[in-house]
Amino acid sequence: MLVLSMVNLPTLATEQTPLRLAVAANFAGPMLTLAEQFEQSSGINISISVGSTGKFYAQIRQGAPFDVLLAADSLTVENLIDQGLADPKTRLTYAIGQLVLWSPEPGLFGNQAQAIETLKAGDFTRIAIANPAVAPYGAAAQAVLRHLGLADAWLKKRVQGQSIAQTHQFVASGNAELGFVALSQLQATGQTMAGSVWQPPQNWYPPIRQDAVLLSASKNPAIGKAFLIFLASAQAQEIIKTFGYQREPLQ
Amino acid sequence: MNDLHTILSQSAIDALLLTLRLAAVTTICLLIIATPLAWWLSQTRSHWRAPVSAMVTLPLVLPPTVLGFYLLVMMGPSGPIGQLTEAIGLGLLSFTFTGLVVGSIVFSLPFAVQPIQHAFESMGPRPMEVAATLRARPMDAFFSVALPMAKPGILTATILSFAHTVGEFGVVLMIGGNIAGQTSVVSTEIYTYVESMQYAQAHWLAAIMVIFSFAVLLWLALMKRQTRAMPS
Repeated sequence: MLVLSMVNLPTLATEQTPLRLAVAANFAGPMLTLAEQFEQSSGINISISVGSTGKFYAQIRQGAPFDVLLAADSLTVENLIDQGLADPKTRLTYAIGQLVLWSPEPGLFGNQAQAIETLKAGDFTRIAIANPAVAPYGAAAQAVLRHLGLADAWLKKRVQGQSIAQTHQFVASGNAELGFVALSQLQATGQTMAGSVWQPPQNWYPPIRQDAVLLSASKNPAIGKAFLIFLASAQAQEIIKTFGYQREPLQ
Repeated sequence: MNDLHTILSQSAIDALLLTLRLAAVTTICLLIIATPLAWWLSQTRSHWRAPVSAMVTLPLVLPPTVLGFYLLVMMGPSGPIGQLTEAIGLGLLSFTFTGLVVGSIVFSLPFAVQPIQHAFESMGPRPMEVAATLRARPMDAFFSVALPMAKPGILTATILSFAHTVGEFGVVLMIGGNIAGQTSVVSTEIYTYVESMQYAQAHWLAAIMVIFSFAVLLWLALMKRQTRAMPS
Protein backbone atom coordinates (compact mmCIF):
# COMPACT_ATOMS: atom_id res chain seq x y z
CA MET A 1 0.00 0.00 0.00
CA LEU A 2 2.88 2.23 0.82
CA VAL A 3 4.23 1.57 -2.63
CA LEU A 4 0.98 2.31 -4.37
CA SER A 5 0.74 5.70 -2.77
CA MET A 6 4.11 6.76 -4.08
CA VAL A 7 3.45 6.58 -7.79
CA ASN A 8 0.46 6.74 -10.01
CA LEU A 9 -0.13 3.27 -11.31
CA PRO A 10 -1.97 2.70 -14.56
CA THR A 11 -5.47 1.34 -14.30
CA LEU A 12 -5.94 -2.33 -13.47
CA ALA A 13 -6.79 -3.18 -17.07
CA THR A 14 -3.19 -2.71 -18.23
CA GLU A 15 -1.77 -4.57 -15.25
CA GLN A 16 -2.49 -7.94 -16.80
CA THR A 17 0.97 -8.16 -18.36
CA PRO A 18 3.43 -9.11 -15.65
CA LEU A 19 6.42 -7.00 -14.76
CA ARG A 20 9.43 -8.71 -16.29
CA LEU A 21 12.56 -8.71 -14.19
CA ALA A 22 16.00 -9.85 -15.32
CA VAL A 23 17.70 -10.90 -12.09
CA ALA A 24 21.36 -11.67 -11.48
CA ALA A 25 21.74 -15.32 -10.50
CA ASN A 26 23.28 -14.51 -7.12
CA PHE A 27 20.13 -12.61 -6.15
CA ALA A 28 17.61 -15.32 -7.10
CA GLY A 29 16.98 -16.34 -3.47
CA PRO A 30 16.07 -12.95 -1.99
CA MET A 31 14.20 -12.06 -5.18
CA LEU A 32 11.61 -14.77 -4.59
CA THR A 33 10.81 -13.39 -1.14
CA LEU A 34 10.78 -9.81 -2.43
CA ALA A 35 8.56 -10.68 -5.38
CA GLU A 36 6.06 -12.34 -3.08
CA GLN A 37 5.86 -9.23 -0.90
CA PHE A 38 5.58 -6.88 -3.85
CA GLU A 39 2.88 -8.96 -5.49
CA GLN A 40 0.92 -9.09 -2.26
CA SER A 41 1.08 -5.37 -1.58
CA SER A 42 0.57 -4.17 -5.16
CA GLY A 43 -1.44 -6.90 -6.87
CA ILE A 44 0.99 -6.78 -9.79
CA ASN A 45 2.33 -10.03 -11.19
CA ILE A 46 6.07 -10.42 -11.51
CA SER A 47 7.86 -12.69 -13.93
CA ILE A 48 11.46 -13.43 -12.94
CA SER A 49 14.21 -14.48 -15.33
CA VAL A 50 17.37 -15.57 -13.54
CA GLY A 51 20.68 -15.50 -15.37
CA SER A 52 24.11 -14.02 -15.67
CA THR A 53 24.40 -10.27 -15.98
CA GLY A 54 26.66 -10.53 -19.04
CA LYS A 55 24.05 -12.58 -20.89
CA PHE A 56 21.28 -10.19 -19.93
CA TYR A 57 23.41 -7.34 -21.27
CA ALA A 58 23.74 -9.10 -24.62
CA GLN A 59 20.02 -9.88 -24.68
CA ILE A 60 18.90 -6.37 -23.71
CA ARG A 61 21.05 -4.92 -26.49
CA GLN A 62 19.15 -7.20 -28.86
CA GLY A 63 15.77 -6.03 -27.61
CA ALA A 64 14.90 -8.53 -24.88
CA PRO A 65 11.51 -7.67 -23.37
CA PHE A 66 12.57 -6.96 -19.78
CA ASP A 67 11.30 -4.05 -17.71
CA VAL A 68 13.88 -3.94 -14.96
CA LEU A 69 17.40 -5.31 -14.68
CA LEU A 70 18.80 -6.29 -11.30
CA ALA A 71 22.46 -6.63 -12.22
CA ALA A 72 25.28 -8.30 -10.30
CA ASP A 73 27.48 -5.25 -10.78
CA SER A 74 27.26 -1.54 -11.51
CA LEU A 75 29.33 -1.54 -14.72
CA THR A 76 26.67 -3.27 -16.81
CA VAL A 77 24.04 -0.76 -15.74
CA GLU A 78 26.45 2.05 -16.57
CA ASN A 79 27.02 0.62 -20.05
CA LEU A 80 23.30 0.28 -20.68
CA ILE A 81 22.74 3.89 -19.61
CA ASP A 82 25.57 5.07 -21.88
CA GLN A 83 23.88 3.39 -24.81
CA GLY A 84 20.51 4.87 -23.99
CA LEU A 85 19.08 1.45 -23.14
CA ALA A 86 18.29 2.28 -19.51
CA ASP A 87 16.87 5.25 -17.63
CA PRO A 88 19.66 6.92 -15.58
CA LYS A 89 17.20 8.57 -13.19
CA THR A 90 15.98 5.21 -11.94
CA ARG A 91 19.39 3.70 -11.21
CA LEU A 92 19.94 2.51 -7.64
CA THR A 93 22.25 0.25 -5.68
CA TYR A 94 19.90 -2.35 -4.23
CA ALA A 95 22.49 -4.56 -2.55
CA ILE A 96 26.17 -4.62 -1.72
CA GLY A 97 27.79 -8.01 -1.85
CA GLN A 98 30.13 -9.21 0.88
CA LEU A 99 33.14 -11.34 0.13
CA VAL A 100 34.15 -14.23 2.38
CA LEU A 101 36.92 -16.78 2.38
CA TRP A 102 35.27 -20.11 3.00
CA SER A 103 36.28 -23.69 3.55
CA PRO A 104 33.85 -26.46 4.48
CA GLU A 105 36.55 -27.73 6.86
CA PRO A 106 35.67 -26.31 10.30
CA GLY A 107 39.08 -25.94 11.93
CA LEU A 108 41.04 -24.43 9.05
CA PHE A 109 40.87 -20.85 10.27
CA GLY A 110 38.94 -19.26 13.11
CA ASN A 111 39.94 -15.61 12.93
CA GLN A 112 41.50 -13.06 10.60
CA ALA A 113 45.09 -13.81 11.63
CA GLN A 114 44.65 -17.53 10.98
CA ALA A 115 42.90 -16.93 7.68
CA ILE A 116 45.72 -14.69 6.46
CA GLU A 117 48.24 -17.24 7.73
CA THR A 118 46.43 -19.97 5.73
CA LEU A 119 46.52 -17.83 2.59
CA LYS A 120 50.18 -16.94 3.00
CA ALA A 121 51.27 -20.49 3.79
CA GLY A 122 49.62 -21.75 0.61
CA ASP A 123 49.28 -25.18 2.18
CA PHE A 124 46.45 -26.30 -0.07
CA THR A 125 46.10 -27.93 -3.48
CA ARG A 126 43.39 -25.70 -4.93
CA ILE A 127 41.88 -22.35 -4.06
CA ALA A 128 38.82 -21.17 -5.97
CA ILE A 129 38.11 -17.60 -6.94
CA ALA A 130 35.64 -16.19 -9.42
CA ASN A 131 37.07 -15.06 -12.75
CA PRO A 132 38.02 -11.40 -12.10
CA ALA A 133 37.30 -10.55 -15.75
CA VAL A 134 33.63 -11.45 -15.51
CA ALA A 135 32.60 -11.58 -11.85
CA PRO A 136 32.76 -8.65 -9.41
CA TYR A 137 33.42 -11.10 -6.57
CA GLY A 138 36.47 -12.27 -8.50
CA ALA A 139 37.76 -8.71 -8.81
CA ALA A 140 37.13 -8.26 -5.08
CA ALA A 141 39.01 -11.46 -4.22
CA GLN A 142 41.89 -10.32 -6.41
CA ALA A 143 41.95 -6.99 -4.54
CA VAL A 144 42.08 -8.75 -1.16
CA LEU A 145 44.96 -10.94 -2.33
CA ARG A 146 46.76 -7.85 -3.63
CA HIS A 147 46.21 -6.16 -0.27
CA LEU A 148 47.93 -9.11 1.38
CA GLY A 149 50.80 -9.00 -1.11
CA LEU A 150 49.61 -12.26 -2.66
CA ALA A 151 48.51 -10.91 -6.06
CA ASP A 152 50.73 -13.35 -7.93
CA ALA A 153 51.06 -16.06 -5.30
CA TRP A 154 50.43 -19.71 -6.20
CA LEU A 155 48.76 -18.91 -9.52
CA LYS A 156 48.93 -22.59 -10.45
CA LYS A 157 46.73 -23.48 -7.48
CA ARG A 158 44.01 -21.03 -8.41
CA VAL A 159 40.95 -22.30 -10.17
CA GLN A 160 38.43 -19.88 -11.57
CA GLY A 161 34.68 -20.18 -11.60
CA GLN A 162 32.93 -18.33 -14.39
CA SER A 163 30.42 -17.11 -11.87
CA ILE A 164 30.36 -16.86 -8.12
CA ALA A 165 27.88 -19.76 -8.16
CA GLN A 166 30.38 -21.99 -9.93
CA THR A 167 33.14 -20.88 -7.56
CA HIS A 168 30.97 -21.90 -4.63
CA GLN A 169 30.36 -25.26 -6.32
CA PHE A 170 34.10 -25.92 -6.62
CA VAL A 171 34.52 -25.45 -2.86
CA ALA A 172 31.27 -27.12 -1.78
CA SER A 173 32.10 -30.26 -3.79
CA GLY A 174 35.54 -30.44 -2.17
CA ASN A 175 37.41 -30.07 -5.47
CA ALA A 176 39.00 -26.94 -4.03
CA GLU A 177 39.76 -26.84 -0.31
CA LEU A 178 38.88 -23.19 0.07
CA GLY A 179 37.74 -20.26 -1.97
CA PHE A 180 36.46 -16.70 -2.05
CA VAL A 181 32.69 -16.81 -2.27
CA ALA A 182 29.78 -14.54 -1.44
CA LEU A 183 28.47 -14.33 2.10
CA SER A 184 24.98 -14.48 0.56
CA GLN A 185 25.76 -18.00 -0.69
CA LEU A 186 26.59 -19.18 2.81
CA GLN A 187 23.44 -17.61 4.18
CA ALA A 188 21.15 -18.75 1.40
CA THR A 189 19.24 -21.02 3.74
CA GLY A 190 18.92 -18.43 6.50
CA GLN A 191 21.75 -19.82 8.61
CA THR A 192 25.45 -19.63 7.93
CA MET A 193 26.88 -22.82 6.49
CA ALA A 194 29.35 -24.91 8.47
CA GLY A 195 33.08 -24.64 8.04
CA SER A 196 35.69 -21.90 8.32
CA VAL A 197 34.54 -18.44 7.30
CA TRP A 198 36.53 -15.23 7.23
CA GLN A 199 35.13 -11.93 6.10
CA PRO A 200 37.91 -9.61 4.86
CA PRO A 201 37.56 -5.94 5.94
CA GLN A 202 35.40 -4.13 3.39
CA ASN A 203 37.95 -1.41 2.74
CA TRP A 204 40.31 -4.03 1.31
CA TYR A 205 38.27 -4.36 -1.87
CA PRO A 206 36.08 -2.11 -4.02
CA PRO A 207 32.43 -2.38 -2.95
CA ILE A 208 30.49 -5.03 -4.86
CA ARG A 209 27.60 -2.80 -5.84
CA GLN A 210 24.64 -4.46 -7.44
CA ASP A 211 22.65 -1.89 -9.36
CA ALA A 212 19.11 -2.03 -10.66
CA VAL A 213 17.65 0.12 -13.39
CA LEU A 214 14.52 0.61 -15.46
CA LEU A 215 15.13 -0.36 -19.08
CA SER A 216 14.20 2.05 -21.85
CA ALA A 217 12.36 -0.68 -23.75
CA SER A 218 9.98 -1.27 -20.82
CA LYS A 219 6.31 -1.20 -21.70
CA ASN A 220 5.43 -0.79 -18.02
CA PRO A 221 7.69 2.07 -16.92
CA ALA A 222 5.35 3.22 -14.15
CA ILE A 223 5.15 -0.23 -12.60
CA GLY A 224 8.86 -0.71 -13.10
CA LYS A 225 9.54 2.48 -11.19
CA ALA A 226 7.17 1.39 -8.43
CA PHE A 227 9.11 -1.83 -8.10
CA LEU A 228 12.43 0.04 -7.87
CA ILE A 229 11.00 2.27 -5.14
CA PHE A 230 9.90 -0.85 -3.29
CA LEU A 231 13.41 -2.30 -3.72
CA ALA A 232 14.90 0.73 -1.98
CA SER A 233 12.34 0.69 0.84
CA ALA A 234 13.37 -0.16 4.40
CA GLN A 235 11.10 -3.19 4.27
CA ALA A 236 12.83 -4.64 1.20
CA GLN A 237 16.30 -3.72 2.40
CA GLU A 238 15.65 -5.56 5.67
CA ILE A 239 14.90 -8.73 3.70
CA ILE A 240 17.95 -8.25 1.50
CA LYS A 241 20.15 -7.95 4.58
CA THR A 242 19.03 -11.29 5.99
CA PHE A 243 20.37 -12.93 2.82
CA GLY A 244 23.91 -11.76 3.50
CA TYR A 245 24.00 -8.48 1.58
CA GLN A 246 24.63 -5.03 2.92
CA ARG A 247 22.56 -2.03 2.15
CA GLU A 248 23.86 1.18 0.70
CA PRO A 249 25.12 3.42 3.52
CA LEU A 250 22.82 6.40 3.83
CA GLN A 251 24.26 9.53 2.29
CA MET B 1 52.04 -16.20 -34.35
CA ASN B 2 53.13 -12.57 -34.50
CA ASP B 3 50.25 -11.77 -36.82
CA LEU B 4 47.84 -13.47 -34.48
CA HIS B 5 48.99 -11.33 -31.59
CA THR B 6 47.69 -8.19 -33.22
CA ILE B 7 44.11 -9.42 -33.05
CA LEU B 8 44.18 -11.98 -30.23
CA SER B 9 45.49 -11.83 -26.69
CA GLN B 10 48.03 -14.34 -25.46
CA SER B 11 45.40 -16.12 -23.40
CA ALA B 12 43.24 -16.53 -26.51
CA ILE B 13 46.15 -18.05 -28.43
CA ASP B 14 46.90 -20.37 -25.51
CA ALA B 15 43.25 -21.38 -25.53
CA LEU B 16 43.36 -22.12 -29.26
CA LEU B 17 46.40 -24.35 -28.91
CA LEU B 18 44.98 -26.09 -25.87
CA THR B 19 41.68 -26.75 -27.65
CA LEU B 20 43.48 -28.40 -30.55
CA ARG B 21 45.58 -30.50 -28.19
CA LEU B 22 42.51 -31.54 -26.21
CA ALA B 23 40.55 -32.42 -29.35
CA ALA B 24 43.47 -34.40 -30.80
CA VAL B 25 44.25 -36.35 -27.61
CA THR B 26 40.56 -37.03 -26.97
CA THR B 27 40.00 -38.25 -30.54
CA ILE B 28 42.96 -40.64 -30.39
CA CYS B 29 41.87 -42.02 -27.00
CA LEU B 30 38.31 -42.37 -28.24
CA LEU B 31 39.33 -44.35 -31.32
CA ILE B 32 41.39 -46.71 -29.14
CA ILE B 33 38.48 -47.21 -26.73
CA ALA B 34 35.59 -47.09 -29.19
CA THR B 35 36.90 -49.50 -31.84
CA PRO B 36 37.03 -52.66 -29.67
CA LEU B 37 33.86 -51.59 -27.88
CA ALA B 38 32.04 -51.11 -31.19
CA TRP B 39 33.33 -54.48 -32.42
CA TRP B 40 32.10 -56.22 -29.31
CA LEU B 41 28.71 -54.50 -29.55
CA SER B 42 28.38 -55.50 -33.21
CA GLN B 43 29.30 -59.14 -32.66
CA THR B 44 28.17 -60.19 -29.19
CA ARG B 45 25.01 -62.08 -28.33
CA SER B 46 25.62 -61.48 -24.62
CA HIS B 47 22.70 -60.17 -22.60
CA TRP B 48 25.05 -57.35 -21.56
CA ARG B 49 24.84 -55.93 -25.06
CA ALA B 50 21.69 -53.87 -24.50
CA PRO B 51 22.74 -52.35 -21.14
CA VAL B 52 26.22 -51.50 -22.43
CA SER B 53 24.76 -50.00 -25.58
CA ALA B 54 22.43 -47.88 -23.47
CA MET B 55 25.30 -46.76 -21.23
CA VAL B 56 27.29 -45.63 -24.25
CA THR B 57 24.38 -43.49 -25.46
CA LEU B 58 23.65 -42.03 -22.03
CA PRO B 59 25.98 -38.98 -22.29
CA LEU B 60 23.64 -37.67 -25.02
CA VAL B 61 20.77 -37.50 -22.58
CA LEU B 62 22.29 -35.21 -19.96
CA PRO B 63 22.83 -31.54 -20.77
CA PRO B 64 26.61 -30.96 -20.89
CA THR B 65 26.72 -28.70 -17.85
CA VAL B 66 24.76 -31.30 -15.86
CA LEU B 67 27.10 -34.05 -17.04
CA GLY B 68 30.02 -31.76 -16.13
CA PHE B 69 28.58 -31.10 -12.70
CA TYR B 70 28.34 -34.81 -11.90
CA LEU B 71 31.82 -35.42 -13.28
CA LEU B 72 33.02 -32.66 -10.95
CA VAL B 73 31.29 -34.32 -8.00
CA MET B 74 32.59 -37.78 -8.96
CA MET B 75 36.14 -36.47 -9.46
CA GLY B 76 36.02 -34.67 -6.10
CA PRO B 77 37.62 -36.06 -2.93
CA SER B 78 34.43 -37.81 -1.83
CA GLY B 79 33.47 -39.08 -5.29
CA PRO B 80 34.32 -42.58 -6.55
CA ILE B 81 36.68 -41.38 -9.31
CA GLY B 82 38.38 -38.93 -6.95
CA GLN B 83 38.91 -41.61 -4.31
CA LEU B 84 40.33 -43.98 -6.91
CA THR B 85 42.72 -41.42 -8.42
CA GLU B 86 43.87 -40.31 -4.98
CA ALA B 87 44.40 -43.90 -3.87
CA ILE B 88 46.66 -44.63 -6.82
CA GLY B 89 48.58 -41.42 -6.25
CA LEU B 90 47.27 -39.36 -9.19
CA GLY B 91 45.62 -36.74 -7.02
CA LEU B 92 42.34 -35.19 -8.14
CA LEU B 93 41.58 -35.02 -11.86
CA SER B 94 39.39 -31.93 -11.64
CA PHE B 95 41.07 -28.77 -12.99
CA THR B 96 43.73 -30.75 -14.87
CA PHE B 97 44.26 -31.44 -18.57
CA THR B 98 43.91 -35.18 -17.87
CA GLY B 99 40.58 -34.46 -16.20
CA LEU B 100 39.40 -32.60 -19.30
CA VAL B 101 40.44 -35.52 -21.50
CA VAL B 102 38.50 -37.96 -19.30
CA GLY B 103 35.44 -35.68 -19.35
CA SER B 104 35.67 -35.22 -23.12
CA ILE B 105 35.93 -38.97 -23.69
CA VAL B 106 32.76 -39.59 -21.70
CA PHE B 107 31.02 -36.69 -23.43
CA SER B 108 31.89 -37.77 -26.99
CA LEU B 109 31.80 -41.56 -26.52
CA PRO B 110 28.50 -42.07 -28.40
CA PHE B 111 29.83 -40.06 -31.36
CA ALA B 112 32.81 -42.39 -31.66
CA VAL B 113 31.13 -45.73 -30.96
CA GLN B 114 27.99 -45.42 -33.09
CA PRO B 115 29.55 -44.89 -36.56
CA ILE B 116 32.15 -47.62 -36.04
CA GLN B 117 29.54 -50.03 -34.73
CA HIS B 118 27.32 -49.35 -37.75
CA ALA B 119 30.26 -49.93 -40.08
CA PHE B 120 31.01 -53.31 -38.46
CA GLU B 121 27.34 -54.28 -38.51
CA SER B 122 26.77 -53.34 -42.15
CA MET B 123 29.74 -55.49 -43.09
CA GLY B 124 27.77 -58.63 -42.18
CA PRO B 125 29.28 -61.94 -41.01
CA ARG B 126 30.43 -62.98 -44.47
CA PRO B 127 33.90 -61.35 -44.74
CA MET B 128 34.99 -62.72 -41.37
CA GLU B 129 33.72 -66.19 -42.31
CA VAL B 130 35.69 -66.06 -45.54
CA ALA B 131 38.76 -64.96 -43.63
CA ALA B 132 38.27 -67.89 -41.24
CA THR B 133 38.05 -70.39 -44.09
CA LEU B 134 41.34 -68.96 -45.35
CA ARG B 135 42.69 -69.89 -41.90
CA ALA B 136 43.19 -66.33 -40.74
CA ARG B 137 43.18 -66.22 -36.95
CA PRO B 138 40.44 -63.99 -35.46
CA MET B 139 42.87 -61.21 -34.46
CA ASP B 140 44.45 -61.35 -37.88
CA ALA B 141 41.09 -61.22 -39.61
CA PHE B 142 40.00 -58.29 -37.48
CA PHE B 143 43.02 -56.19 -38.43
CA SER B 144 43.32 -57.21 -42.09
CA VAL B 145 39.61 -57.55 -42.98
CA ALA B 146 37.20 -55.92 -40.53
CA LEU B 147 39.16 -52.79 -39.73
CA PRO B 148 39.90 -51.77 -43.35
CA MET B 149 36.25 -52.38 -44.28
CA ALA B 150 35.12 -50.17 -41.41
CA LYS B 151 37.38 -47.32 -42.47
CA PRO B 152 34.59 -44.92 -43.54
CA GLY B 153 32.90 -45.45 -40.18
CA ILE B 154 36.17 -44.86 -38.34
CA LEU B 155 36.71 -41.64 -40.29
CA THR B 156 33.23 -40.48 -39.42
CA ALA B 157 33.94 -41.26 -35.78
CA THR B 158 37.17 -39.25 -36.01
CA ILE B 159 35.38 -36.25 -37.53
CA LEU B 160 32.55 -36.31 -35.01
CA SER B 161 34.82 -36.82 -31.98
CA PHE B 162 37.14 -34.03 -33.01
CA ALA B 163 34.38 -31.56 -33.85
CA HIS B 164 32.37 -32.41 -30.76
CA THR B 165 35.40 -31.90 -28.51
CA VAL B 166 36.28 -28.56 -30.12
CA GLY B 167 32.71 -27.41 -29.61
CA GLU B 168 32.51 -28.73 -26.07
CA PHE B 169 31.61 -26.14 -23.47
CA GLY B 170 29.52 -27.28 -20.55
CA VAL B 171 31.71 -30.15 -19.39
CA VAL B 172 34.92 -28.11 -19.62
CA LEU B 173 33.28 -25.18 -17.89
CA MET B 174 32.31 -27.35 -14.94
CA ILE B 175 35.46 -29.41 -14.40
CA GLY B 176 38.05 -27.06 -15.91
CA GLY B 177 38.41 -24.11 -13.59
CA ASN B 178 39.61 -21.86 -16.43
CA ILE B 179 43.36 -22.20 -15.83
CA ALA B 180 45.34 -20.56 -18.63
CA GLY B 181 47.25 -23.10 -20.74
CA GLN B 182 45.81 -26.01 -18.77
CA THR B 183 42.04 -25.96 -18.87
CA SER B 184 41.04 -22.70 -20.54
CA VAL B 185 39.78 -23.69 -23.99
CA VAL B 186 38.37 -21.60 -26.82
CA SER B 187 34.71 -22.08 -25.91
CA THR B 188 35.20 -20.96 -22.30
CA GLU B 189 37.47 -18.13 -23.46
CA ILE B 190 34.78 -16.85 -25.84
CA TYR B 191 32.27 -17.16 -23.01
CA THR B 192 34.52 -15.06 -20.77
CA TYR B 193 34.80 -12.38 -23.45
CA VAL B 194 31.04 -12.28 -23.95
CA GLU B 195 30.36 -12.18 -20.22
CA SER B 196 32.84 -9.34 -19.76
CA MET B 197 31.33 -7.51 -22.74
CA GLN B 198 34.51 -7.69 -24.89
CA TYR B 199 32.56 -8.59 -27.99
CA ALA B 200 35.30 -7.76 -30.54
CA GLN B 201 37.70 -10.31 -29.00
CA ALA B 202 34.89 -12.86 -28.84
CA HIS B 203 34.07 -12.37 -32.54
CA TRP B 204 37.69 -12.78 -33.64
CA LEU B 205 38.24 -15.91 -31.64
CA ALA B 206 34.95 -17.45 -32.76
CA ALA B 207 35.70 -16.62 -36.40
CA ILE B 208 39.16 -18.19 -36.27
CA MET B 209 37.80 -21.31 -34.59
CA VAL B 210 35.01 -21.70 -37.14
CA ILE B 211 37.30 -21.22 -40.12
CA PHE B 212 39.91 -23.60 -38.77
CA SER B 213 37.35 -26.26 -37.86
CA PHE B 214 35.77 -25.93 -41.28
CA ALA B 215 39.14 -26.57 -42.90
CA VAL B 216 39.81 -29.65 -40.76
CA LEU B 217 36.35 -31.08 -41.32
CA LEU B 218 36.55 -30.43 -45.04
CA TRP B 219 39.87 -32.25 -45.21
CA LEU B 220 38.48 -35.24 -43.30
CA ALA B 221 35.37 -35.30 -45.48
CA LEU B 222 37.50 -35.33 -48.64
CA MET B 223 39.58 -38.16 -47.20
CA LYS B 224 36.42 -40.09 -46.48
CA ARG B 225 35.21 -39.68 -50.06
CA GLN B 226 38.51 -40.95 -51.24
CA THR B 227 38.32 -44.14 -49.17
CA ARG B 228 34.83 -44.77 -50.47
CA ALA B 229 35.91 -44.29 -54.06
CA MET B 230 38.84 -46.64 -53.61
CA PRO B 231 37.90 -50.28 -54.24
CA SER B 232 39.33 -52.34 -51.39
